Amino acid sequence: MTDRLKPRDAKEVEDAVRWALGHDKALELAGQGSKRAIGRPSQTDLTLDLSGLSGVTLYEPAELVLSARAGTPLAEIEALLATNNQELAFEPMDYGPLFGLEAGKGTIGGAIAANLSGPRRIKAGAARDHFLGVTAVTGRAETIKSGGRVVKNVTGYDMCKVLAGSWGTLAAMTDVTVKVLPKAETEATVIVEGLDDARASAAMAAAMGSSCDVSGAAHLPDHVASWFDGLPKPEAATALRLEGVAPSVAHRQQTLAALMKPFGPVALLDEKDSRALWRSVRQVKPFAAESARERPLWRISTAPSKGHEIAALITPAAQMFYDWAGGLIWAAMPFAHEPDAASIRGAVASLGGHATLVRAPASLRASIDVFEPEAAGLRGLSKRVKEGFDPKGVLNPGRMWAGV
Amino acid sequence: MTVRMPEADSAVLAKRDRIVAGLRAIVAGEGVIATEREMKPFESDGLTAYRQLPMVVVLPETTEQVSQVLAYCHGEGVKVVPRGAGTSLSGGALPLADGVLLGMAKFNRIRDIDFANRVVVVEPGVTNLAVSNAVAHAGFYYAPDPSSQIACTIGGNVAENSGGVHCLKYGMTTNNVLGCELVLMNGEVLRLGGKHLDAAGYDLLGLITGSEGLLGVVTEVTVRILQKAECARAVLVGFPTSEDAGTCVSRIIGAGIIPAGMEMMDRMAIHVVEEFVHAGYPLDVEALLIVEIDGPRAEVDHLIGRVEQIAKQCRSMTCRVSNSEDERLLFWSGRKAAFGAVGRISPDYFCMDGTIPRARLPQVLAAMKTMAEKYQLRVANVFHAGDGNLHPLILYDANIPGELDRAEQFGADVLKLCVKVGGVLTGEHGVGVEKRDLMGEMFSELDLAAQQRVKCAFDEKGLLNPGKVFPTLHSCAELGRIHISGGKLPFPDIPRF
Repeated sequence: MTDRLKPRDAKEVEDAVRWALGHDKALELAGQGSKRAIGRPSQTDLTLDLSGLSGVTLYEPAELVLSARAGTPLAEIEALLATNNQELAFEPMDYGPLFGLEAGKGTIGGAIAANLSGPRRIKAGAARDHFLGVTAVTGRAETIKSGGRVVKNVTGYDMCKVLAGSWGTLAAMTDVTVKVLPKAETEATVIVEGLDDARASAAMAAAMGSSCDVSGAAHLPDHVASWFDGLPKPEAATALRLEGVAPSVAHRQQTLAALMKPFGPVALLDEKDSRALWRSVRQVKPFAAESARERPLWRISTAPSKGHEIAALITPAAQMFYDWAGGLIWAAMPFAHEPDAASIRGAVASLGGHATLVRAPASLRASIDVFEPEAAGLRGLSKRVKEGFDPKGVLNPGRMWAGV
Repeated sequence: MTVRMPEADSAVLAKRDRIVAGLRAIVAGEGVIATEREMKPFESDGLTAYRQLPMVVVLPETTEQVSQVLAYCHGEGVKVVPRGAGTSLSGGALPLADGVLLGMAKFNRIRDIDFANRVVVVEPGVTNLAVSNAVAHAGFYYAPDPSSQIACTIGGNVAENSGGVHCLKYGMTTNNVLGCELVLMNGEVLRLGGKHLDAAGYDLLGLITGSEGLLGVVTEVTVRILQKAECARAVLVGFPTSEDAGTCVSRIIGAGIIPAGMEMMDRMAIHVVEEFVHAGYPLDVEALLIVEIDGPRAEVDHLIGRVEQIAKQCRSMTCRVSNSEDERLLFWSGRKAAFGAVGRISPDYFCMDGTIPRARLPQVLAAMKTMAEKYQLRVANVFHAGDGNLHPLILYDANIPGELDRAEQFGADVLKLCVKVGGVLTGEHGVGVEKRDLMGEMFSELDLAAQQRVKCAFDEKGLLNPGKVFPTLHSCAELGRIHISGGKLPFPDIPRF
């Protein structure tokens, strides 16, 4: 078990990093630790527990802005936003159940550091698109800030963008500011039943290319469909979500259903079933089941139209489903120690995109690439960026790539 | 010139002829321009108060040429300033006397229109509007719409993270770009992103968007396109005070409505444009608000009704709803002509660009009235009400001694105030040279050093666009040093477990 440091405020975070820097220690950064098992196994000396940095410090609904200490639970922020009918529009997906943890955990800092973005990413953007301002302690034990509390801001480099999705390897965020948006009044989902992956890809493209304003596009193949909530039948379902004011959703549902009819039988989900379905998509439900948790899980990102082509190159024994209109694939391998890495790396290399081995036994994650290996030029650049922030490798060294 | 640029390197100037010859070996014929007369069109961008002839102009046509030009300059220690269409309002493309001005306008091809993935792959010299025009036949468009969109280029949009009226609902450039090809100052060619929807590792694409031509030269961009909304309608509302207009904006957002655009103009701006365009703007109001709602017809009609209601609850003096596309465009015609209209009543103007929390607008407007008296200059205000991005237009006549200086001081005071009330120095025009020396208002030395270390990762020699954005340049060696002071056990009174 690693030793733990638990700072009470931002100043103590700086002290902790300065101490680690001076004593050649490496720190594992954790909020609630819900994502500790993602990434290359940590070669660190202590855990820097940031959960003590908690609390919303600014919330102005009419300005669409919220600031909070980085260790504030997501659940607390989401509950507060809900009281004003607002939300984090990027709909952070939830890794918890995939690792046998409770759903609804995690901190705002962790959500940003992992760029957790759910189904609505295709319409509203990813976590990084809602991240406006930050205060953070770099691996030099220097407290820096960037951005602010306004969306229109091009003052200096957009440091928020590089911190989002950096998995705690560049700086320990202490305070974050995010854009918040109104929640939709209601939602509904149009389902096209029984499509194969290629046909589903075409259906989703047609839906996304329409003016129906789709805010979620997922394809749930036959072999995993029964795991999802809200579906009318346990068979392949291509799901398209519509959100907005009630009259608009009703009208668009008709238009979209008509547009989808040529592809296959259409079913409609009301608000309740729609919410249940997309919650289960966010939680990657099929692979969160007890029986699935030993199995290596890949997160593959590609051009939406290429999703099904990549899937065809993966071992047929894998189970998978698509989000982001085909641009995001969750693929679970059948056996704990056979990740089928060669096929997956080969597939993204030839068709475009990247793959992350988000869940696998530690020994596997230590021996193969977890994040997509970078071409030489990019690798050099990433290393230099890392060195600028954290020259001695104090913060989560090697979490993303060996030697970075 | 009232802004200091980096010292010209006399050693570089001394070898000018050899450098020109070296560049001609890479880009033949008229791709290298070396006479003063022919370089003149490149001596300034949209910030016309500042002019500087470059040492030589190079207009490459291929990524390979860009790579070789940069590698050559890297080897010879020659600075490079990239330029798109030169519409920057912050001096982003201001040349250096000892530098190469790298014009990217020849990169004007659209390489791939991919409706299945809803992206377009373009060369950086393609204009913003050309992207929308290329996909209009299928009902698509490219959302970020800066006012200069007929002329500004996508490469420039990436450099500045350009916005526009509709970025309230549809995001800025950074939210609409998925990939690019980038050439580093040493000639290395990298690909970031592509048609997929997130970064494989570090979000370097997000970092270079808005980096003002300091981190690399973009040679290809992949942008997202959207299906056009079924319909759009606008409401034109006049208010007795800017406070009332501001309250209306807050209530619209508070009601859960995110309009496609929300623009405000003050009395001076209203009068100036009405004389010019005759859009039918009310002349007896202190503030005018244009609110546009787009989307499916059912939704637009519903929400326009709600906006109208809210406006009436906020003491609106006039309130007109557009009932046709022509009427909607008429409402916008005045706002769109604002900068041009101002040109009728003043030989020169500075278009400022700061962002403030929306609720502070009345306070900032009142403060600007005081500044206008102090500096004896007129100011008209155009405001992206939806996101707090303010464009004060400071009118001056450069031919009158002292007016340019007073206008610059007025502008600096406005920007300092923006920061003071919780906003930022620049919302969409960039820092460039215009706001460079105000960076200390927002950032500490440590903040700036962290940003400069990012620069070091991309351009260690500091040859790409020096003199922009950052007021003080440190060497990368200096920035790379770590001072470790050991430090005691952190917070020893807390039990460790």
